[in-house]
Amino acid sequence: MLEVHDAVVRYGAITALHGISFEVNQGEIVTLLGANGAGKTTTLRMLSGLHAPQSGQIMFEGQDVTTTKAHMFTSLGIGHVPEGRRIFPQMTVEENLEMGAFRRRGSYTEDIERMYETFPILKERRKQIGGNLSGGEQQMLAIGRALMGQPRLLLLDEPSMGLAPMIVDTIFRIIGEIRDSGTTVLLVEQNAAQALRLADRGYVMENGRIVFGDSASNLLTDARVRAVYLGENVES
Amino acid sequence: MANLLHYFASHLATLRLEFWSLLVGGFATGVMYAMVAIGYTMVYGVLRLINFAHSEVFMSGGFASYFMMRALIGTSTPSGTWSVVLVIIGVLTGGVAGAAIAMLLERIAYRPLRRRNAPKLAYLISAIGASYFLYNLAGKEFGRINESMPSPYINHTVFTIFGAPVQLYYIVIFVVGVIMLITLDRLVATTKLGRSVRAAAQDAETASLMGVNIDRTIVLTFVIGGALAGAAGFLWGLGFTGVGFYMGFTPALKAFTAAVLGGIGNLRGAAIGGLLLGVVESFSVAFVPASYIDVIAFGILVLVLLFRPTGILGERLGRSA
Repeated sequence: MLEVHDAVVRYGAITALHGISFEVNQGEIVTLLGANGAGKTTTLRMLSGLHAPQSGQIMFEGQDVTTTKAHMFTSLGIGHVPEGRRIFPQMTVEENLEMGAFRRRGSYTEDIERMYETFPILKERRKQIGGNLSGGEQQMLAIGRALMGQPRLLLLDEPSMGLAPMIVDTIFRIIGEIRDSGTTVLLVEQNAAQALRLADRGYVMENGRIVFGDSASNLLTDARVRAVYLGENVES
Repeated sequence: MANLLHYFASHLATLRLEFWSLLVGGFATGVMYAMVAIGYTMVYGVLRLINFAHSEVFMSGGFASYFMMRALIGTSTPSGTWSVVLVIIGVLTGGVAGAAIAMLLERIAYRPLRRRNAPKLAYLISAIGASYFLYNLAGKEFGRINESMPSPYINHTVFTIFGAPVQLYYIVIFVVGVIMLITLDRLVATTKLGRSVRAAAQDAETASLMGVNIDRTIVLTFVIGGALAGAAGFLWGLGFTGVGFYMGFTPALKAFTAAVLGGIGNLRGAAIGGLLLGVVESFSVAFVPASYIDVIAFGILVLVLLFRPTGILGERLGRSA
């Protein structure tokens, strides 16, 4: 579904991605693991056209999207839940959801109702402005907003960041449901253990490179991953 | 001391006598300030920069409609329906010219800088350069003395409120200004187009992830602000000062003041700031010689910013709804 070949991204003199290659197949949840600054967020931003790669190629559903502009990606079928949620702070919950459907033609009121079924709290808050929501509510809204664009591939950047453990569990359950409903997911997470338990496959990034990739179950038992990313937390 | 008291007492008396006519005149000027202020505040909302060449957008609207009126009216004295049609044509001509010049400014003076991630100072210099170029070009092409605009109507007192005469000129300003300002407010609050502007103002990058074409949205803010300023240029030109190459300087500076007064980036703030400034300026004539009006206007700006740096309504183009 998505293939990245040798992609290089530079910001001025700094090279953020040194030629990374990976793929995401239809129906999978793939997770990118790595320390802060490893290039995970840059990878997702590259896949949404926010940073065009200086070299390399990105193919999505057989189409070359390497130089496609950011605002074209939702129509292509790629949704992005950005790091830090990035809710429009002065728009209401409902307006935020409508922004997610900005590129769609025709009526999408049914989809908004469906988002309210998935995230009942958003229905209660529908007339409140985004900036007044709690972190967890904002994360649900950010996910709902991206789903309003009917993506076939959903990019999720640190959806558990700064959230209470109970909310994190809810978010992960919903990510599983999103995959089960047919949307492929590329997930960037600090919470490696939880991400790997949900994911089908994973890649480990270090200093702008993908150092290895494997099935999630293998990564969960991999000595290197356990030492660096799972630490003491993992119960095997 | 007694002299000072006497001074204020006599001026308060003037104010009481002239209250309603000063209010009407102040509102009329204020509506035009508001129309120009919208352009500053919209561009600031999306780009975080002050388009200091906006004064020349206003001037272009004035000149374009002046030539149109000259061609259509000549030395005749229009009346009735023809007057209404002429005013509409004048507003449209001014608006289209303003929008076109604003669009060109974006394309030539700002977009190349944006592509290169230039520092804010570069935009300021570019704006001043564009402004200089435009008004000197106008001065060279159209002469450096003001021309009075052929009037599309016979100005007269239409009615009086509390004894104060309300001229047709003021009614034209009110009707055109209020229609345009309310249309803009509704456009931004309720349409998809408006939503894209608000989204871009709140978080341009995330807006682009939603499918908003940021480049196009930026052009749109210049076009909308330019149309309002150009139409205001026509209305201003109908007044006794007429049109001239330098006509934009002071009104646009006042409009910028109004935008800051209301809270830069805030559409309703710009409208309120414009009206307020127009009225306060008008009332100040009762107390000080008319030549001090500008001192009063900028004095207010300084005072407001001392006590409320974000302006009356604060900065929030996003919530302009």
